[in-house]
Amino acid sequence: MSIAIEDLRHVYNEGTPLEVTALAGINLEIADGEFVGIIGRTGSGKSTLVQHLNGLLLPTHGKVIIDGIDVASKKSDRKSIRQKVGLVFQYPEYQLFEETVFDDVAFGPRNMGLGEEEISRRVRDALAFVNLDFALFKNRSPFELSGGQMRRVAIAGIIAMRPKVLVLDEPTAGLDPRSRGELLAELANMRRELGITVILVSHSMEEVAQVVERVIVMEAGEIALAGSVRKVFEQADLLRGIGLGIPQVAELMFRLRQKGVDVPTGILTVEEANAAILAWQRSKRCV
Amino acid sequence: MFKNIAIGQYYPGNSFIHRLDPRTKIVATFAFIVCLFLVRRSGYAAVSLIAALLVLVSRIPAKFVVRGLRPVLYIALLTFLLNAFITPGHPLVRIGPLVMTYEGFCQGVFLVWRLVLLVLITSFLTLTTPPVTLTDGIERLLRPYRRLGVPAHELAMMMTIALRFIPTLLEETEKIMKAQMARGADFESGNIIQKAKNLIPLLVPLFVSAFRRADELAVAMEARCYHGGDSRTRLKELHYSTGDYLVYGFTGLMFAAVLYTRR
Repeated sequence: MSIAIEDLRHVYNEGTPLEVTALAGINLEIADGEFVGIIGRTGSGKSTLVQHLNGLLLPTHGKVIIDGIDVASKKSDRKSIRQKVGLVFQYPEYQLFEETVFDDVAFGPRNMGLGEEEISRRVRDALAFVNLDFALFKNRSPFELSGGQMRRVAIAGIIAMRPKVLVLDEPTAGLDPRSRGELLAELANMRRELGITVILVSHSMEEVAQVVERVIVMEAGEIALAGSVRKVFEQADLLRGIGLGIPQVAELMFRLRQKGVDVPTGILTVEEANAAILAWQRSKRCV
Repeated sequence: MFKNIAIGQYYPGNSFIHRLDPRTKIVATFAFIVCLFLVRRSGYAAVSLIAALLVLVSRIPAKFVVRGLRPVLYIALLTFLLNAFITPGHPLVRIGPLVMTYEGFCQGVFLVWRLVLLVLITSFLTLTTPPVTLTDGIERLLRPYRRLGVPAHELAMMMTIALRFIPTLLEETEKIMKAQMARGADFESGNIIQKAKNLIPLLVPLFVSAFRRADELAVAMEARCYHGGDSRTRLKELHYSTGDYLVYGFTGLMFAAVLYTRR
């Protein structure tokens, strides 16, 4: 289930004075089972890019190929692509509409034409993945839940379709730090257990650094930087120039190095930083 | 997908017409519409010429002006056919039991042209005036009638809010549609009943969010001590300039000329 994007361009309102080039030539490959983060400022084209992944938007120019199928080619294939690539939009809780949580999560599987037994199993599994108790929640109205719970239900609605690629657009926006951490942990867990590809769109560096393996930095509709998390966060100056910060720990290490403290690059967690600073102190004492 | 809605779609520009006071434009548009109904057929060449000149001066591409006419296409067609076949006179074309007459044909063309000019001039007003400026103009025009109980400010505020939220709601609709399509919803195929049923996943979240927005807006307005029109001042006062007086003068002349030809 690989994703290949070739010279993808997208222009909104083409031919009017309101014309905006949202994507200006994106080349990208995402392999099976990867955990990729897409970061960039508001308006950098992140959301436009991910909407191409399941054919909700079609390229103005270039190609998006999912599993060997060109998204723009046939209308009949688009429905199957949408089952393979599950897209969780920003603030997905605003798409809830059914009377009960069960029915809402079952909406996707029902559209796939599955049997009731299978649907029930999938809803149960999906709710388990987002840590909502099936018996407790299935008959409640989604509109009486808390914001964080609503978002979990909405994400479960996508997971219940068992996509092979899960794309989440700012899934933690507006959540408190604790629910944010929980949600990210759930995502990492889901990816491990289901072996799916996860693409996380965010503008928060901390968040991305915590969970993903590869980072794609977008700026003005283009890919400014791409590579492993450690490699990308070493480019502190460039990231700051784009208007994105780097994770606090990486920032601390960066400043220490500037002051002549000999600590290695590519440190992302507090534990690593702790070990590195201790090692440096020990080396100083020996001298 | 909602691109062909021209009403309320402002085309940014800085032409003579764009810069006119909204009151001038509203009054002139009304006068033009009244003229359209008063003028004799022989005067239509002149009226059409004025409309064409206006479009030219505004520097709005003809494409955008014509796009505003699309919604009335079928009404125009129906008007033409009804008039062409029902008006008695010299037969022109015979299709089975139906007879198109020469007089009917002329009447049909005339009425369709009148309809086209009507829609064109009204959509021209909204193309050259930002919606909020337009409601400002309406408020000012209605202000003298406040003593008679016309809630000028409230009307203008309601219109401003309604206009302000049209694009927001359209955007929201598109977003929810996409989100549901990502869950396999289908808004295109099926018969009418099926299609209506398929709209539930779109309409429920849309209504929920519209009410939520209305609520938030009310709170935000109260938090800023909003209490209606009395003693409110405005950031941009409307002022007439030379161009406005010119347009008023020209409108008066046009009106007088039309009345003269009807004597």
